[in-house]
Amino acid sequence: MDELVTLNRRELLRTTTGLLTGWVVAGSPLTLIALGRAWAVDLTTLNSSEGAALMSVARTIAPHDKLDDAAYALVVQALDGDAAKDAKTHKTIREGLAELGTGFAASPENERVEALKKIEPSAFFQTIRLKTLQVLYSSPIAYAYFGYEGEAFSKGGYLFRGFNDLRWLPEVPVADSGPLPDRA
Amino acid sequence: MPRIEFQDESAVVIIGSGAGGGTLAHELTTRGIKVVVLEAGKRQSTASFSQVPGAAFLQLTWLDARTQSGDWGVAKNFPTLPVWHCKTVGGTTVHWTAATPRFEPWELRARSTYGRIAGTSLIDWPISFDDLKPYYLLAERRLGVTRRNGVPGLPASNNFKVMYAGAKKLGYKRVHTGHMAINSRPYDGRASCIQQGFCVQGCKMGAKWSTLYTEIPRAEATGNLDLRIECTATRIEHGANGRVNAVVYRDAEGRVQRQKARVVCVAGNGIETPRLLLLSESSKFPQGLANSSGQVGRNYCHQIIGFVWGIFDKPVSSWRGATLAGVVEDEVRDDPSRGFAGGYRMELCTLDLPTFPLVGLPYGWGRDFASILENYRNMAGMLINGEDMPRADNRITLNNDVKDAYGLPVANVHVDEHPNDQAMRKHAQTQMSRMYEAVGAKRVVLGPVPPATHNTCSARMSADPREGVANAWGQTHDIKNLFISDGSALPTAGSANPTLTIVALALRQAEYVSRQMKAQSI
Repeated sequence: MDELVTLNRRELLRTTTGLLTGWVVAGSPLTLIALGRAWAVDLTTLNSSEGAALMSVARTIAPHDKLDDAAYALVVQALDGDAAKDAKTHKTIREGLAELGTGFAASPENERVEALKKIEPSAFFQTIRLKTLQVLYSSPIAYAYFGYEGEAFSKGGYLFRGFNDLRWLPEVPVADSGPLPDRA
Repeated sequence: MPRIEFQDESAVVIIGSGAGGGTLAHELTTRGIKVVVLEAGKRQSTASFSQVPGAAFLQLTWLDARTQSGDWGVAKNFPTLPVWHCKTVGGTTVHWTAATPRFEPWELRARSTYGRIAGTSLIDWPISFDDLKPYYLLAERRLGVTRRNGVPGLPASNNFKVMYAGAKKLGYKRVHTGHMAINSRPYDGRASCIQQGFCVQGCKMGAKWSTLYTEIPRAEATGNLDLRIECTATRIEHGANGRVNAVVYRDAEGRVQRQKARVVCVAGNGIETPRLLLLSESSKFPQGLANSSGQVGRNYCHQIIGFVWGIFDKPVSSWRGATLAGVVEDEVRDDPSRGFAGGYRMELCTLDLPTFPLVGLPYGWGRDFASILENYRNMAGMLINGEDMPRADNRITLNNDVKDAYGLPVANVHVDEHPNDQAMRKHAQTQMSRMYEAVGAKRVVLGPVPPATHNTCSARMSADPREGVANAWGQTHDIKNLFISDGSALPTAGSANPTLTIVALALRQAEYVSRQMKAQSI
């Protein structure tokens, strides 16, 4: 959970322009990897309401109902970082959100989808869509949620950890498969 | 100071250190020939390979700008990344998935086998399968290819079990865990595969063959190799006699350097190889080097590639295991009754979770898009790997509107698909969908055409000098001490993943180059 910046009030007062906070949903896979139940992501360029609206855009683009807000907050954090580095990106985001209007995040999903469809070709939408796809599925939160186990070199690979544990189909005859190497 | 002096006129200069360049460097240095290898990328190792997919992509991929045009799906879906290959010592053998099938004998006689097909520039290879076979045998031993020379196959993974069951339901017979350059047992000083997945990120076990830790260090051990990393060739020079005599390059600090050469071998992948020849235009060769035929950059092939995903109601965990270890070979045949010429393989495939939505799925968002991801754990995957048709206007050209870091025009990749390509893709997608449906898939998702990885034929060998760039040895028709030493030299794409054939041709070319040097012909 080291992507999630721990709340530090004094630091926040000095550098942040916005803040996203939340509680990990009880029973979510995130509880297995999170240090505590509260999470916070600070923003250095976007403000809190812009951050909340972007979270809602990201959730509309990639709606996984049971995936914690914390995963989406990382997308917003990445967008905030891009906005900090590049004034043009900042402008694109600010103007895109202004066009969506203040009621976007609170509106029902079908209305949010319609609103995004109207601006689908825009640089704003395409920027958010790409960043959502790049960041949302790359975090430990997402790995846990989707059941993806990631790299296995550090654990000796999947050779003895389930690479061939599928039992709902017949085994492959050895002539078309190959012998398992000896366990070292 | 480099070990080989800049003014030394006796060295062979090889541009690129991948399957072609790395293999050639090893072969020539073993024969006592001094070799300079110019490699544009950095040197990684099994220890330094990143295991974070996004970071690994940035660590290994050739990211310098390219542009593209034409009606192929890549232009729409991946406008800034038409091709996906490596910029690192070892070249694309670092991220490849190590499938090593051979071309079929009839595939080398493409023009004769398929007949005249309008809108194509098909030719027969200037060599036969019998010419190539001894080098396939040599290459297969070198790479430790499974199911050859008594090397056992890799064990079946979960993803392969799904593929196998589906293929058998359709009556396919040639279905197995593939001919793979991945150790199914310790071989050649390298460990065996631990089924970790992560083939594309660089194999941290070194179980997958790569010139990075086989051919290159062995060439270095001869004392005859001067490997220069982060050195980008920008121009090949020639003398008044029309023979090439030097390579100009930018070193790691961006300084212009000039290495004299007795022989130059270009192995920069199917995009950069023709680009370098075109960049080397001169008053004597105004169309670029070795381009009196006008064929440099033309006939570009990339094979028909496309993902098919099957979603089931039970877990597959397709990411566990060697990425591409599985194949159905029954469609590798010439059977015009299917509605197209040429053959295709169906190969096992999977993508890690971060890469999957970016590369594996067609453009989309919203509920339907997300529902596919929700099933990631229950998903099996395959891809088509088929022969695409060469076309004169599918070509690599210089784009004078976009310049690289050194102010040189970047490569533009233009592809208009031939109807044969589309018919083959449709047939393959139908067959793969049927395979998954036959074993209970609740949904099948057809992926987009991904950035091209099998970049070939763009400086092809030909019997007739008017139809290609190089002769049967990869020696350019126009300049006898200039060679094409990578996939660019393939006359047609075939249905086999190209690396084994690139290695076999490099082994064959090395014999020829050393013979010609000994005879003072070059």
